[in-house]
Amino acid sequence: LRYLPKSDSERREMLEACGVSALDDLFSHLPPDVRLNRPLALADGQSEYEISAYFRAQADQNANGYASFLGAGVYNHYRPVLVDAVVSRGEFLTSYTPYQAEISQGTLTTIFEFQTMICQLTGMEVANASMYCGSTAVPEAGMMAARITGRNRLLVARSLHPEYREVLRTYARYQGMVIEEFGYAAGHGTVDLDDLDRRLDDKTAAVVLQSPNFFGIVENLDAAAELAHRKGALLIDVFTEAVSLGLLEPPRQADIIAGEMQSFAISPSYGGPYAGVIATREKYIRQMPGRLAGETKDSHGNRAYCLTLSTREQHIRREKATSNICTNQALIALMATVFMTVYGKQGLRELAEQNLAKAHYLASRLPVKFTGPFFNEFVAAFPGKSPETINGMLLDKKIIGGLSLGRYYPELKDCMVLCATEMNTREQMDVFAEVLAQ
Amino acid sequence: MISKVRSHVTQNEPLLFELSSPGKKAYQLPELDVPPVNASKALGAEHVRREIEGFPEVSEVEAIRHFTRLSTWNYAIDLGLYPLGSCTMKYNPRLNEAVARIDGLAWAHPYQPEALSQGAMEIMGALERALLEITGMDAVTLQPAAGAHGELTGILLVRAYLESLGNPRKKILIPDSAHGTNPATAAIAGYAVENIKSNDRGMIDLELLARVVDEDVAALMITNPNTLGVFEEQIARIAEIVHSKGAQVYMDGANMNALVGITRPGDFGMDVMHLNLHKTFSTPHGGGGPGSGPVAVKKHLEPFLPLPRLTAGESGQRFDYDRPRAIGRVKAFYGNFGVIVRALAYIMAHGGEGLRNATMDAVLNANYIRKKLEDYYELPHRAPSMHECVFSDARQAKQGVRTMDIAKRLIDYGFHPYTVSFPLIVHGALMIEPTETESKRELDLFVEALIAIAKEVEEDPETVLKAPHGTRTGRVDEVTAARKPVLRWKPAD
Repeated sequence: LRYLPKSDSERREMLEACGVSALDDLFSHLPPDVRLNRPLALADGQSEYEISAYFRAQADQNANGYASFLGAGVYNHYRPVLVDAVVSRGEFLTSYTPYQAEISQGTLTTIFEFQTMICQLTGMEVANASMYCGSTAVPEAGMMAARITGRNRLLVARSLHPEYREVLRTYARYQGMVIEEFGYAAGHGTVDLDDLDRRLDDKTAAVVLQSPNFFGIVENLDAAAELAHRKGALLIDVFTEAVSLGLLEPPRQADIIAGEMQSFAISPSYGGPYAGVIATREKYIRQMPGRLAGETKDSHGNRAYCLTLSTREQHIRREKATSNICTNQALIALMATVFMTVYGKQGLRELAEQNLAKAHYLASRLPVKFTGPFFNEFVAAFPGKSPETINGMLLDKKIIGGLSLGRYYPELKDCMVLCATEMNTREQMDVFAEVLAQ
Repeated sequence: MISKVRSHVTQNEPLLFELSSPGKKAYQLPELDVPPVNASKALGAEHVRREIEGFPEVSEVEAIRHFTRLSTWNYAIDLGLYPLGSCTMKYNPRLNEAVARIDGLAWAHPYQPEALSQGAMEIMGALERALLEITGMDAVTLQPAAGAHGELTGILLVRAYLESLGNPRKKILIPDSAHGTNPATAAIAGYAVENIKSNDRGMIDLELLARVVDEDVAALMITNPNTLGVFEEQIARIAEIVHSKGAQVYMDGANMNALVGITRPGDFGMDVMHLNLHKTFSTPHGGGGPGSGPVAVKKHLEPFLPLPRLTAGESGQRFDYDRPRAIGRVKAFYGNFGVIVRALAYIMAHGGEGLRNATMDAVLNANYIRKKLEDYYELPHRAPSMHECVFSDARQAKQGVRTMDIAKRLIDYGFHPYTVSFPLIVHGALMIEPTETESKRELDLFVEALIAIAKEVEEDPETVLKAPHGTRTGRVDEVTAARKPVLRWKPAD
């Protein structure tokens, strides 16, 4: 019971002050028939040593010492040591939502810096202080578009991450929202603009696409934006690989951006916690979900920050709020903020260029499926072979290959999506190619 | 006279963008071991940006000093009592941080083969089993990312279940004492919200409930103990009334820290509930997240739980995607695994008896504060307190001092304020939740501070009204912030 800081004599003193003789008396008002009359059937409390050993043993049952070419929404990037040095500080780790601005300026200032850097990266005018993750930022962006346009139909690219599309369908079902998908060009791998154009109508609230898309291909946002705007719909651009923004033109054509920050020093951690973000134009702020930090002054006239525009939020507006989100991903967003600071203007570009070079090197040795321009992911096709067989051969060489696409795209059942980052060496990629040559 | 704090020099610090100078670096990448690629050629010149305008350029030393200096402007649990009601700001054990960072866990990719993920899946299974024992429910999903996300998941489960019986129904009943997330959640799940008034003891009025529950009601969303920190003594009867019309009871588990090891929602008639791992199970609040909001259900709701479901097969753990009645996914991948690891480490450190002892200490601490302060602050509801107690500013308001002023003055005494002006059913509420991880000394200092403030209100209300005085930042002008929003830094023209 090392987390309970009281001696027995202190407990007795406190019980006496409360006018009761035993701890159990504090619960005497609970109806006896709802009381648990036995101890919880859980193992006895364990020492720090035993608990560490348990988790190390479990970690040993996971992949260890493998090279990996998995991406598909979760990326393997180097995590600068400064990140943990900062987020391990108790003042950041063990504080909560900065409602009391006078003693939360540290968190509020870093949120303001995060919002600013997201705007600089995306070309948007405002960004919120985080959503749970990219996959939940997308339905929040969709609902936001519906509020802005007063329309209820979303046209969603099939090349948007399949799990994001599933989450979107779950959220949309009871919002009276209609989700319809449009295809991708079989050769190029970008969205099929003709299909999009055919499906767009004056009930469409937004077109939702991802760039680089799930196949790694960089989309032509100009064309998609033009089609959407012509019908009065908004364009929602989704990104899963934030490092791409170090090199790619900011998606200014979009009206709302919903992104995943995992690439920025957030360890893959078997799927979470990550941090999502929504960025948009200033005129849509009041329809945006999530926390926002704003600049103001304190009573001494000094610059200060506070949470603001909270009349959008559930604790004020209740059932009329823009979202039910409360706790978000502040500490994870701080990881991304430290990452962006460490790499900075030059570093993020250099990092992106290395990713581009690595992926193109790997692609040069493999059968690439689509002809569209790609960043650090691409689809490889192995006609007549199953991706599972290839991945099995790679595992023998301590390499985790790509994600098989058959589960999500029956027409791509002989394909896998592969990712190469600064963490993959030329040697690993050469081994990959040799395995294929066998 | 103020025992806990003295004034202390803090350093000023500009924003990153103001610190920047072209050409400064805090990084070095390894030399590229493959041929460089011309970005314009590979991607098309129209897709390549010239630069990231305004992005920071600082050195490593400046970066660490920047964030360290900013950190000193925060209050935190590591500095003392953080008695935010309903937030359960308990100590965050550092062991949990260490185990979450073990390479094989922190670097596990969600799409790595299941055969190479057995350790991660075993951890999820172990936490699921522990949570089922603690709640007395039949099945649990770890997928939701936070409490409000769990609420949404839970209400979608109710909806899917009622739909399977032929009628999803129209509305959700929510007591007027509920957290704002409850009505916001009901709205997102496509339900109308009907607020129900609490009785004069701050509890659900059974007669009123029996009158309003009908065949249009999908569920009652209830917080137990409620936001006054009071256990709904008629909880079993409440569940009966709701069930008699075929509706479901959703329990907001925000206050589960009062119940663990003492009583189980599954044993008092709850159909579905969420837990907040970042409250009850000690994972750090991190300035506002990450959280994790597992949802536990009774058997009849189990077929509708989100995809995929963790199942133990012959050759180990696997994920089951073949669940035709599931509500779908509420999040990509399997949940906030890093938070799940931390929560399991916490449960293992306590064990069953330890968890129960923690609950008892949490309730003891709240009752101790209540007893010590009840002569100085108005206690609007006299029902016994569980893990938190709620006072009002009625006495201080006579001097023109409100709960927010008392909160700001408390900062001068070295404490984070309580939750201010919530629950809404108490006018001018001071909602105090100390948690079990506070020593008697820390509680005594807190009590001493609030008593001193009560005296100041009588003798010198101006001091309280103008507080805080000892902080580096004075009272912040939130009105201007909202009226003229400045939400990002921009270079001076």
